[in-house]
Amino acid sequence: MTTSAPFDPRILKSNAPVPGAPDNWKRFFSFNTDAKVIGIQYISVAIFFLLVGGLLAMIMRGELITPENDLVDRTVYNGLYTMHGTIMLFMFIFPVLNGLNNLLIPPMIGAPDMAFPRLNAVAFWMVPLFGVILMASFLLPGGPANAGWWSYPPVSTQNPLGHLISGESMWLLAVALSGVSSIIGALNFVTTIIRMRAPGMTFFRMPVFIWTVWAAQTLQLIGLPALTGGAIMLLFDLVVGTSFFQPEGGGDPVLYQHFFWFYSHPAVYVIILPVFGIFSELFSVHSRKPLFGYAFVAVASFVIVFLGLIVWVHHFFPSGVPEWMRNLFMVTTMLISVPTGVKVFAWLATIWGGKIQLNTPMLFCLGGLFNFVFAGVTGIMLATVPIDIHVNNTYFVVGHFHYVIYGAAVMGIFAAIYHWFSKFTGRMYYEGLGKLHFALTFIGSNLNFFPMHPLGLMGMPRRVSSYDPEFTFWNVVASLGSFLLGVSIIPFLLNMISSWVRGPKAPQNPWQAIGLEWLLPSPPPAENFEDNVPTVISGPYGYGTGKPLVENQAAYENQQFQEV
Amino acid sequence: MTSSLPSQDHGHGSAPGGGHGMHAKHNLTGFIIFLLSESVIFLAFFSGYAMLKLGALDWLPPGVEGLEWQTPLINTIVLVSSSGTIYLAEREMARHNIWGFRAWWLLTMALGAYFLWGQAVEWSGLKFGFTTGTFGGTFYLLTGFHGLHVLTGVLLMALMLGKSFIPNNYKGGEQGVQATSLFWHFVDVIWIILFVLLYVWQRS
Repeated sequence: MTTSAPFDPRILKSNAPVPGAPDNWKRFFSFNTDAKVIGIQYISVAIFFLLVGGLLAMIMRGELITPENDLVDRTVYNGLYTMHGTIMLFMFIFPVLNGLNNLLIPPMIGAPDMAFPRLNAVAFWMVPLFGVILMASFLLPGGPANAGWWSYPPVSTQNPLGHLISGESMWLLAVALSGVSSIIGALNFVTTIIRMRAPGMTFFRMPVFIWTVWAAQTLQLIGLPALTGGAIMLLFDLVVGTSFFQPEGGGDPVLYQHFFWFYSHPAVYVIILPVFGIFSELFSVHSRKPLFGYAFVAVASFVIVFLGLIVWVHHFFPSGVPEWMRNLFMVTTMLISVPTGVKVFAWLATIWGGKIQLNTPMLFCLGGLFNFVFAGVTGIMLATVPIDIHVNNTYFVVGHFHYVIYGAAVMGIFAAIYHWFSKFTGRMYYEGLGKLHFALTFIGSNLNFFPMHPLGLMGMPRRVSSYDPEFTFWNVVASLGSFLLGVSIIPFLLNMISSWVRGPKAPQNPWQAIGLEWLLPSPPPAENFEDNVPTVISGPYGYGTGKPLVENQAAYENQQFQEV
Repeated sequence: MTSSLPSQDHGHGSAPGGGHGMHAKHNLTGFIIFLLSESVIFLAFFSGYAMLKLGALDWLPPGVEGLEWQTPLINTIVLVSSSGTIYLAEREMARHNIWGFRAWWLLTMALGAYFLWGQAVEWSGLKFGFTTGTFGGTFYLLTGFHGLHVLTGVLLMALMLGKSFIPNNYKGGEQGVQATSLFWHFVDVIWIILFVLLYVWQRS
């Protein structure tokens, strides 16, 4: 809204070193407003925190490899699982998805950048800020927050040391900042998608990835404020001494659970919807077939948004929820498998009879789809009230959501990173290392998370550092799986760093894919198409149809943009 | 190397010198989306208030009879009429009558400030505090959070008023004025709901 803008963002955005401006690699450490720089910043920070969160998980699995409590103190263990969950969700998976959004949305819709580039940079720089706050809480006398990532009162409002700055208050501050950052991001993504598409790109000509991001970010805009409201009330309970959630003052602890899950259930869809988009893009490209049922797959995203907002109570069926509410939310939860099933069958129909290319991105997609279907089956089981009450707070639940988050979502994210790596770095990754990464991830995640299901059915509760000896076998298997997952990240990091530094130069369109981003050079110039935005004349995924995507397509293919 | 910079005019429909970040129409779209999102926080507080009130055994703390509603009603009338004055200010702006705009705008600010003052007077006369059970907690949470929004609105208006003195600044209408006005109507609607929930719905 300022009328005088003394700085010209293009100076920061130029690929070439400009006198007085940060040079190429330094832009990644600057307050840069270029969505492509911000995207890589997001992804790099997120992968750093993936390593941190993974390390915490491996310490826990190290503790659980024996039945006795012998590696870490119980209080430390409580802090470990709390911080593992918080870091993985707020520091890894949301930032990495926002990174993909930043990289992919503008080129895919033919926009030069995000609608609000400076807000975009602000949203990113809040991530390291609350990351530091969260990590600093490890240094406090009472340790980090240890009430679990749900932070349910009354556990979370205990403050035994009585300090104002406790692990819990730092946690709340970090989560609130993360919420603000995500809302700014969501505003930006939604506005960009609504207002900045290329001429001719109607809603039903948008790639499914754009549809799913739009749906997911709409969920952020609806859900996050509710969590923020609950977090403000919890903070007042903790710091000022109000009694919103304190029964002794007339408050209701279950009310917090409503606030928390009203957002945190849709948060799962915020994570998985863009991954559905990635699956839709990649299955189509690497099977050389149009996406089956494009319009249904696209619209199903918003059906999931609607249903995803009315299922939250299934997270606390045993918390004194009235019977009618349990039944209602059981039905809505099961209904959500309908739009999800639409997508799964559409993907199967897409790869059916296609010329499948088993490269790294496709392998990650197939592995992710396998894990997702497994998680969907256990999800239906958990939606059923009698089963849920039986396995509530056991390892069955832990196994279920790790299959969704790591098995499906993170594998989809890896697929996307490999698939679009060449576009944004201008280099090809090494296929052998990629396949090794896939094999280790797929085996590791199944070895790690499958044993949690029998453990849960046998009755092993979650969030304990010691257990009965009869649970030992499956716990040892799971621990070995987790160490394998830890190892699996090594070929990934090696691949990313070495191929970005010295990998073979990537062509403009290595996958012969159809999409606006593939009509740009690799890497694209600072403002993508600049003034030559193509006019879209047909829907996406025209594989095997021979229909051009844009007017004057030949001019964009293998174009010689002004070399910089 | 500088010659390889992209061409100077990008044709994004941006104001001269506005640079890359100024996409005129996007600001209002973004602001409307922001307001919709912001309204969910209030919805969360409202539904939390309703759940706590409906579930309470003794809603009123000992020694408290209920809330006095006459003064808040005057406050309500002031705030609602300020929505009218801000509309008149915008209309003057559309007619390019900058002084008319400033006059109505200033009156709106005064009404907003009167509301805040009335709120402060009400708070200082109350016999319960923020930590007096869920009754006190929700009362101060709702009115306080809304009051913060009123304060933000008045400050935004002051900013827009100041910017109106930059020569030719508001010639073609101004996004910030539209956004502030939208924000003010939003704050107004929230207050009406709040008034009904807190002062009209006294029986528990």
